[in-house]
Amino acid sequence: MNFDFTEEQIMLRDSVERYMREDYDFEKRREIADSEQGMSADNWQTFADLGWLSIPFAEEHGGFGGSATDTMLVMEEFGKGLLIEPYLATVLLFGAALQKGGNKEVQDTLIPKIIDGSCLGALAYLERQSRFELSDVLTTAVADSDGYRLNGEKVVVFNGANADQLIVSARTSGEQSDEDGISLFLVAASAAGVECSSYKMMDGQRVANIVLKDVSVSADKLLGELGGGHEILTAVEMEANLALAAEALGIMGQLNAKTLEYTKTREQFSVAISSFQALQHRMVDTFMDYEQTKSLLYRAVCAMTNGEEDAATAIHALKVMVDRAGTRIYAEAIQLHGGMGLTDELDVGHYAKRLMMIITTFGNGDYHQAKFNAIRYN
Amino acid sequence: MDTSFSEQDIAFRDEVRAFFAASYDEELRSRAANVDTFKAAVVEWQRRLHKQGWIAPGWPVEHGGTGWNSTQKFIYESERAAAGVRDVVPFGLTMVAPVIYTFGTDEQKEKFLPRILATDDWWCQGYSEPGSGSDLASLKTKAEVDGDDYIINGAKVWTTYAQYADWIFCLVRTSSEGRKQQGITFLLIDMKTPGITVNPIVSIDNHHSLNEVVFENVRVPMANRIGEQDKGWTYAKALLAHERTGIAGVADSIRNLGEVRRFAEQEVNGGKTLASDPMFQSRLSNIEIELMALEYTELRVLATVAAGGAPGAESSMLKIKGTEIQQAIQSLRMEVAAYYQGVLPNDLAEEQLGHSFGSAARQSYMYGRAATVYGGSNEIQKNIIAKAVLGL
Ligand SMILES: Cc1cc2nc3c(=O)[nH]c(=O)nc-3n(C[C@H](O)[C@H](O)[C@H](O)COP(=O)(O)OP(=O)(O)OC[C@H]3O[C@@H](n4cnc5c(N)ncnc54)[C@H](O)[C@@H]3O)c2cc1C
Repeated sequence: MNFDFTEEQIMLRDSVERYMREDYDFEKRREIADSEQGMSADNWQTFADLGWLSIPFAEEHGGFGGSATDTMLVMEEFGKGLLIEPYLATVLLFGAALQKGGNKEVQDTLIPKIIDGSCLGALAYLERQSRFELSDVLTTAVADSDGYRLNGEKVVVFNGANADQLIVSARTSGEQSDEDGISLFLVAASAAGVECSSYKMMDGQRVANIVLKDVSVSADKLLGELGGGHEILTAVEMEANLALAAEALGIMGQLNAKTLEYTKTREQFSVAISSFQALQHRMVDTFMDYEQTKSLLYRAVCAMTNGEEDAATAIHALKVMVDRAGTRIYAEAIQLHGGMGLTDELDVGHYAKRLMMIITTFGNGDYHQAKFNAIRYN
Repeated sequence: MDTSFSEQDIAFRDEVRAFFAASYDEELRSRAANVDTFKAAVVEWQRRLHKQGWIAPGWPVEHGGTGWNSTQKFIYESERAAAGVRDVVPFGLTMVAPVIYTFGTDEQKEKFLPRILATDDWWCQGYSEPGSGSDLASLKTKAEVDGDDYIINGAKVWTTYAQYADWIFCLVRTSSEGRKQQGITFLLIDMKTPGITVNPIVSIDNHHSLNEVVFENVRVPMANRIGEQDKGWTYAKALLAHERTGIAGVADSIRNLGEVRRFAEQEVNGGKTLASDPMFQSRLSNIEIELMALEYTELRVLATVAAGGAPGAESSMLKIKGTEIQQAIQSLRMEVAAYYQGVLPNDLAEEQLGHSFGSAARQSYMYGRAATVYGGSNEIQKNIIAKAVLGL
């Protein structure tokens, strides 16, 4: 038993770390966030060239065949540098759904395009009424002579406006919240009847509400089994939660480091404010929060990698921890920076907002705690 | 021990309730919520209150106060909050005015108080400096005597609404001898005086309410000094006690908690409303229980003050608990909004977006982080209690 990374993993991590540190400074990131697209196409091409877009994909499609640990290492570095490009949406949501559900032909055409940077994707899984429940789907897909006809609305679709291709969850049978009867369809963003209204989120990313009006898709664009989409979505979500937790960990570490640094240099009452024990203990608490989150992340990644039965339990626990520990960490970071922490100019608030978005994505702490309770105590 | 209302109290309550219902209309509410019309709407509302004679319940009657007893003030405040009516902007009415009517000259009272009552002047507070926040007494903005004037040089920061202000009340250094609290002077400065520059600071709620105010050779007549030179700290401290009573914001928190609950009744997860979820209910009740207690803590403090006692260190407790509760409510509202907490204001219509309060929830949550920082941070308040109450 050990917690060491392979040489290859260390190289990968270091390459991302170096890029984020040298080529992705906060001011550049702010410009990208303020741009109309909310991402940089040049950066995206660089990620492709560096091989980052290939990490989780199978080798037969030109992928790196990476593990959950590889993704974790990369995501943690992305978190530290507050990456804004749609890595999660394109590679870890859209890409993972394709990898898990796509037929060979669809995979053969699209996965290489994701890897070379020419295809941006999005997974449209949320609806107005669904809150955190992946199974709450009202969008319908009705079979017709050409394949299927989709009607409904998807909301807060990450990367929805920039995506070339969408994977949409739609109901092919069953009632509103049934897990059975949900199917996934590949839909071109340019297809007739797809209407997209895009808007910006607090972490700088662009999302979209997507209305589908009689959108026609051919039968080969069904991913996985008819009515079996929920299982794919759940598997994608589990892995994405690990990746998001790793990103969160990167952010938490940065917030703690920045706060520690600030309190050592900020003087009030003729001394550094880090000399006040009241603040020291708080920073010790957030340090422990960080370490505990890291431990649960490693635990969940190991459980996932080894295919342990209780991987789901560990992931729920991790999401609870990311919420509770993450919230304490960003709140303390802002508080200990005093007025400075309230400014948009300082990066601390931006880290906080990305962390807040991560906490909410795929269910907040309460949501996952209820799931955890149901598995452990019912 | 009796906290029930008399018949007169109930009649008063009904009168206040009817006034708010009739006067604080939807149009005013939405204009006050919009940055472009905010100032005009606030001025208009405060003038309506002034016309009604209710603009300054805390002032002595001879200067324009209402003469209400503490029960009436409590009722007024509860009704205001319950109706969702915004509180008055504090800088003139509840911050500088008490200093002026307590320590000012007759000329100063005549010049400033009527204009404050009528919201003819917009005030801001120039205390904090880049190097002096919690340790306010270390402030360095310098005032040098030149004939009948002071010449001011230095910078203030975090000055709320300086961009709107006609006047700023400042603490400035007139002497560096002795303890740092000595040698501070309290000045009233016309914002139109040459040499003042206001630089905007955007905060994490994406709004502009904060500013840096820079003074370069700004000439201020000595007639604008409050009390004696070098004694400003004493006057400012008296004002701080005023600033902290009412800072608990109990009435507003009661309303806001109720609102969160209503939102939670409409939010459904997996076929069940969030309001019916036991976990969510515990979150609500954790806050409500603290709030029930704080309401009575505040009443106990007010009763002491009404009996002639000083608010003292108890006001620090009101500030700590009150702001913690405010933040807990803001955070719960964010949870209800789920993904929509992240939405920045945009051009989409509400039907198109699919949500009504997420963006506003985030704005108040993000700005709400400041409540534990300003007005003396909660850490500083704990230091005060440790020292003044526990004798440590
Ligand atoms: C939204 C907002 C509006 C404001 N409006 C105004 C205004 O209109 N006018 C004005 O003059 N000022 C205003 N302020 C300034 C406010 O009063 C200061 O921010 C506050 O006094 C804290 O000072 P600071 O920001 O310099 O933080 P610092 O004093 O540097 O404090 C940083 C951290 O250290 C902690 N700390 C400091 N000393 C101690 C100690 N001895 N023991 C334990 N912990 C300690 C603090 O609690 C804080 O967490 C405003 C601030 C904000 C955020």
